[in-house]
Amino acid sequence: MIRLLHRWPGLLAMVLLLALALSGAALSVFPVAERLSMPAPVAGQTVAVLAARVAASHPGLEQIRRAPSGQISAWWFQDGNPGSAIVDPMTGKDLGSADPNGVERWLVEFHRSLFLGDGGRIAMAVAAAAMLVLAASGAVMVARRMGGWRRWFARAKGAGSTHVGLARLGIAGLGSSALTAIWMTGSTFDLLPDQAVPPPEVQASGETGAALATSAPLIATPVSALRDLSFPAPDDPTDVYKLTTDMGVTLIDQGTGQQIGFSAASGWQRASDLILSLHTGRGAAVVGLALGLMALTVPGLALTGTLVWWGGRRGRPRIKGLTRAGHAETVILVGSEGGATWGFAETLAEALVAAGQGVHLAAMAAFDPSRYSHAKRLLILAATYGDGEAPASAKGFLDRLAALPSGPHMPRVPVAVLGFGDRAFPHFCGYAAAVTDGLRAKDWAELLAPATVNRQSPQDFARWGRDLGAALGLPLALVHHAAAPRTLPLTLLSRRDHGAEVQAPTAILRFQLPRRTLWQRLTGAGFGRFQAGDLVGIVPEGSDLPRFYSLASGTRDGFLEIVVRKQAGGLASGQLLALEPGATVAAFLRHNPGFHAGRGRVPLLLIGAGTGVGPLAGMVRSNSWKRPVTVYFGHRHRDSDFLYAEDWRRWLLEGRLARLVTTTSRGARPHHVQDALRRDGEQVARLIRSGARVMVCGGRDMAQGVAEVLGQVLAPTGLTLAALRAEGRYVEDCY
Amino acid sequence: MKSLIGALALTTALTLPGLAGARPVTLSAQMKDYGGNPAYLAVYLTDAKGAYAGTLLLAGSRTRYFEHLSGWLAASGGDMSQVDGITGASVGSGRSFEVTVNVADALLDAGYVLHVDAAVEDLRASPNDVQVPLTTAGSGAAVKGRRYIASFDYKL
Repeated sequence: MIRLLHRWPGLLAMVLLLALALSGAALSVFPVAERLSMPAPVAGQTVAVLAARVAASHPGLEQIRRAPSGQISAWWFQDGNPGSAIVDPMTGKDLGSADPNGVERWLVEFHRSLFLGDGGRIAMAVAAAAMLVLAASGAVMVARRMGGWRRWFARAKGAGSTHVGLARLGIAGLGSSALTAIWMTGSTFDLLPDQAVPPPEVQASGETGAALATSAPLIATPVSALRDLSFPAPDDPTDVYKLTTDMGVTLIDQGTGQQIGFSAASGWQRASDLILSLHTGRGAAVVGLALGLMALTVPGLALTGTLVWWGGRRGRPRIKGLTRAGHAETVILVGSEGGATWGFAETLAEALVAAGQGVHLAAMAAFDPSRYSHAKRLLILAATYGDGEAPASAKGFLDRLAALPSGPHMPRVPVAVLGFGDRAFPHFCGYAAAVTDGLRAKDWAELLAPATVNRQSPQDFARWGRDLGAALGLPLALVHHAAAPRTLPLTLLSRRDHGAEVQAPTAILRFQLPRRTLWQRLTGAGFGRFQAGDLVGIVPEGSDLPRFYSLASGTRDGFLEIVVRKQAGGLASGQLLALEPGATVAAFLRHNPGFHAGRGRVPLLLIGAGTGVGPLAGMVRSNSWKRPVTVYFGHRHRDSDFLYAEDWRRWLLEGRLARLVTTTSRGARPHHVQDALRRDGEQVARLIRSGARVMVCGGRDMAQGVAEVLGQVLAPTGLTLAALRAEGRYVEDCY
Repeated sequence: MKSLIGALALTTALTLPGLAGARPVTLSAQMKDYGGNPAYLAVYLTDAKGAYAGTLLLAGSRTRYFEHLSGWLAASGGDMSQVDGITGASVGSGRSFEVTVNVADALLDAGYVLHVDAAVEDLRASPNDVQVPLTTAGSGAAVKGRRYIASFDYKL
């Protein structure tokens, strides 16, 4: 629901919102420029002094006005000619023209009505209302995604994180500007009772010639409270001085200089004045400039928001041979956020249809077991959103499940749940687990044990497919082409070989960066920017399934580096290790923001074994700010697979690396990183307590061992790995 | 003369108690190039003693801004009840307007004075930008305005 409230106002009002935001941002500059160019106000000056000074140098003075910025302007009429100027409050002399700025006037008119009069004003007000709905629904969605309002500024990860990042910067200003805009429109169309209070009826003395400098009400009013002082018509003794301040209108007799009437401004009027200055920045230049800067997020939000929407749309199923819910033997329900899970569900549905099954494919949100009258099984493919929440297409599933009546008459066909997620995130497959729990609470039979697919791994998916096929007695080969990523050829520059002596041929492969055209840069196509810890997908010849390798370099290094160990029978690793400089492989980039070193000065504790040291080495190489980095590196043999041997030494000298601890698992004293961490326990605990971020990369067994040891090491400090994980201070990248 | 609101051919019978017979009067004005937003205008009459006698025209779409037409406001007390149907669009910088209203014969050559107030957003309001006696002899004679109106005339 919230999502719909966010999507449609955004898409429909986008053009108007862009017009509003860009013109608003441009307008925010003017109050600042005025503030910087105007003469300094005179501290403690009274209106009496100012008026006497300006009147002395301007015969025929009719009006003195103080803009909210503090700029003073004067209007006069002399010898049949009108005149006006900005004046210096110190001297009363002219400083420059008081004529309006044509550019600003054009922008204001565009911003408020697109030059279309009342119709344009209403359109812009509707756009402002859309902005308000977008800001409110967006705020709820950000809080939901980040896992609570308190985690508002936590690190955003995954699909649409640019949109979330921009939104968090701009949302306050955009919401406030939209709200004030709606108020101002209401005011313009007389929907608010904020009209100026009329001046009181008064009887003037009929005398003239009071000295401005001695008028008591003018002496009592500081210039900082002045808005406007209008002079009586020159030949009308019944006319009066009219002094307007924030408080109201005071009428002053031109013969006696005394106050003869006052009407106070209404609360509504003052509220409208405040809102006007909050919206325009007039009298609040810094606030205005901040609002203008926040408005500049709108083009970025429009673009990334459209991409999020388009990305989700592309993932809808388009498969032939599906049947209706009531006829299907197999019902597949999909909980997808960005659309990737739909892709897997399509592959599954196609395979089942090909095997002669009647298949119904639907979103989890459409869950309705009373319709599944012929169903023999239910397959649920569920991604996770944020901290274990329902993804877009699964909203309301758990509520529907919980609301099902218990009892023997409810058909409970066997169900299999497959979770999709990324182990780099704290709540891996959290929503799938919640779904499993919900089904178990309703005594639903399990067709298969709950399983997971990490990072859209086609291998994980194929394995689950084999299990499913076995359970159904069907030969099921799930070959998922993950929306075939566009690959680019990477050319090998150089290679460093290790490990042959320990039966683990390993190579550090350095590739040339593919060139990007300007168009590719603008559209984000081609090979994007990356840093150590991101992934490169290699598509080996003879297979469609990409294999992912952690990157040991960043774009700024000017090359792309990975560390590859030959796997027994491994297609990709075999081809990579056979690659000679000048040869190419097909590759694409996948960002892995969960495993970036991040900015800041907090110490890093990097723990890796074997090829897992690659991304860690990349992080050390890019550590030009000399952040304190400690590396624990486990390998087999000093003389054989001590990867980056010369580099570590140099990085230590350059200050990019503070400490390196290595262990060798073969030789006289076999030793693993876990053992070294246990040995250095006190030191490691101190480091982590001081705020260090821990990053672990390598085989799953090693990662488990490290987690165990660190758990023990941290036990006396009261810190837990779970808490560190939740804060993003303990991250793993394992295989 | 380019006419902004002439096409509306606004007519009104400015009726005063006990007066019969009226004739069309064409008011036209050329605005100065004052470089601001369109001006709000009020055209109204006062009698020989300076007492308010009626409003011929209010140009501007928002009643909330009529308070800036300070001469008209002071004279009329801002009474909107009698100006229904005699309002038009505000007049832009450098533009002109022409409008026809019905004026009772008794108001001519009887010491009545025609006033035009002008007000522009963010600029000084100009009460009595034009002030001219309403006489048969003055018909067609152009008058210079003070601040925003370059010239004004009425034709009987």
